[in-house]
Amino acid sequence: MVDLLTLGNLINTTLVFSTALIFAALGGVFSERSGIVNIGIEGLMVFGAFAAAVGTHFAEEAGMGGASPWVGLLTGLIVGVLGSLIHAVATITFKADQTISGVVINFLATGITLYLVKLLFDGAGETPLLLETFSKVNWEWFAGIPVIGPILGVGIINSYPTTYVAIILVAVVYYVMYKTKFGLRLRSVGEHPSAADTMGINVKRMRYIGVMLSGALAGLGGATVTLTTTSLFSHTTISGQGFIAIAAMIFGKWNPLGVFGAAVFFGFSQAIRNYVQLFAWSASIPQDFILMLPYVLTILVLVVAIGKSRAPAALGEAYDPGKR
Amino acid sequence: MNQANKILKWFVSDSFIVSLAAIVLGLLLGAVVMLVGGYNPIEAYAALVTRVFGSAYGIGEMLRETAPLLLTGLAVAFAFRAGMFNIGAEGQVLMGMTGASIIAITLPGIPTGLHMILAVIFGALFGGVWAGIAGFLKAKRGVNEVITTIMLNWIALFLSNYIVRTFLLLKGDQRSENIPASASASIDWLSSAMNNARVHWGIPVAFLAAVFFYYFLWKTKQGFELRAVGSNADAAHYAGINVGRNIVKAMFISGVFAGLAGAFEVLGVFHYQAIYSASPGYGFNGIAVALLGMNHPFGVMAGAALFGTLSYGSGGMSFEAGVPPEIIQIVIGSIIFFIAAQGIVRFVIKPFYGKRKKEKVL
Repeated sequence: MVDLLTLGNLINTTLVFSTALIFAALGGVFSERSGIVNIGIEGLMVFGAFAAAVGTHFAEEAGMGGASPWVGLLTGLIVGVLGSLIHAVATITFKADQTISGVVINFLATGITLYLVKLLFDGAGETPLLLETFSKVNWEWFAGIPVIGPILGVGIINSYPTTYVAIILVAVVYYVMYKTKFGLRLRSVGEHPSAADTMGINVKRMRYIGVMLSGALAGLGGATVTLTTTSLFSHTTISGQGFIAIAAMIFGKWNPLGVFGAAVFFGFSQAIRNYVQLFAWSASIPQDFILMLPYVLTILVLVVAIGKSRAPAALGEAYDPGKR
Repeated sequence: MNQANKILKWFVSDSFIVSLAAIVLGLLLGAVVMLVGGYNPIEAYAALVTRVFGSAYGIGEMLRETAPLLLTGLAVAFAFRAGMFNIGAEGQVLMGMTGASIIAITLPGIPTGLHMILAVIFGALFGGVWAGIAGFLKAKRGVNEVITTIMLNWIALFLSNYIVRTFLLLKGDQRSENIPASASASIDWLSSAMNNARVHWGIPVAFLAAVFFYYFLWKTKQGFELRAVGSNADAAHYAGINVGRNIVKAMFISGVFAGLAGAFEVLGVFHYQAIYSASPGYGFNGIAVALLGMNHPFGVMAGAALFGTLSYGSGGMSFEAGVPPEIIQIVIGSIIFFIAAQGIVRFVIKPFYGKRKKEKVL
């Protein structure tokens, strides 16, 4: 029997791992729902993680103290948007292949950021260690509640501010996507752009907005990694989270709630590695297999339960008004 | 005569000129970035060229760098041709390494040459089967290959590490034992003629693989079926082509290319297999190469040579001119970008291009 405190801790670690994925995968939803494939999420996260480290560092130097990570978070968001503009211009204005452009973003991101780190910090391979990062917000009061106290107080309501933001955003994105005019229009340009066009919707503009929102959210995701986990930016800060976020987006069938579930699932299966090792029976399992677990689980879940997922109909096609 | 004309025509063809312009633009953009950073781009590019073409050693090492890029590029391009996005070349390379290492290290005493060939074949099969899993799941259960190949990359990383750690380990080290000389794919005589550049049989094999790619896809019935599935799976199905089987076959062949890359890295370059803490990145570079080459085998060949030259030469840039080698990623990225966004390139070269066209009319 697992005690409740361990369970609380497991939930807490899960949320830490999930946060960046939630941001980035929600970003992917905006872009792909508007019809633009975004394989560049990884690179946009790199931009965000880098900008957050730099922004926070200079805010610290300017004496902003505890507000510094918030400045970093904002810089991450802005630089994420700027990075996504490359993708938007190439794919929407110049109708470049969306997959190619995304791969390019990934390439440019690592190149540009590491180059800039060297320029800004005298040839160093990583940014200086940040002194001010986010710390967990907790209300001790919750932990005192009988029975569910550990789960609530240790697990859920004991997280980084970014986690709360991410969870709130899930609801916001869901609402925007399905309950507002904007969401309906965004989805329509991803499903049938020429029909949307005849209804007077500006397809290119909607797609620009979709891609830029994905840049903002992926930037936030990257910033979250820097500001809650690594406390600096180096070439290993973002290593594959963007691709996991893409997997979460497809896994969650391009729906904000599904994406949230998928991101938490990935976060959980990464967190559980640390806990499996606590048990005696797991001592005989080689470390490498425990590390493999989340990825094997994902494939099994996809094979057994989920199966086919349907992408937005016009995903990957440049919009050409002259084409029938 | 006719052949020569054809070649000549190709050199002035649209796609060739646009690609060339994209390369020039990419290099120029790199130069601008260097200028902004306070570096001397001319010095840097000179150092790059000297490192690659200044010695026989440089040329050999550039070819060594090119071989896995070419093979992983072909892997990604082949899957693309059949309508699939293989992000998993990375994992397939690792499985190729592992398959080759197992045969090379655990089965000593097989005659020289035969041992190497056997190890290469096993590496290729490991890569093929690994990619085949993703193909099978897509064909049978409709699972998106993008997710499965991403997941399989991670699984391959940890599985390879487990196998090396448990069965092949050099005691007290983070790598496998050395492979025996009988399994080495190095070309020793050529290597000593090139100042010990690590040239190996994988280099000619990679180029042969590109020729096979071309022949198979455009000159055989099976290749036709694959391309049919790639351009429109529903139409192919209606025409009586077994879509599922073709998906598995395409992924398998794609994985074989990547597996070969891994096998030759172990047998020809390192002569052992490392325990990696993170993916070494072969497969992701392969995606870039495939895109550089517009998914055509001969384009991929040119793309791999370009990428290999730039990335091997970038070492000289940082050594001689103090320029961070990351700049090369920016250059490669922007070249791909310009090739993809041909609209931008055409816009830039229009003034020169327009004139030439007019002369023709006269």
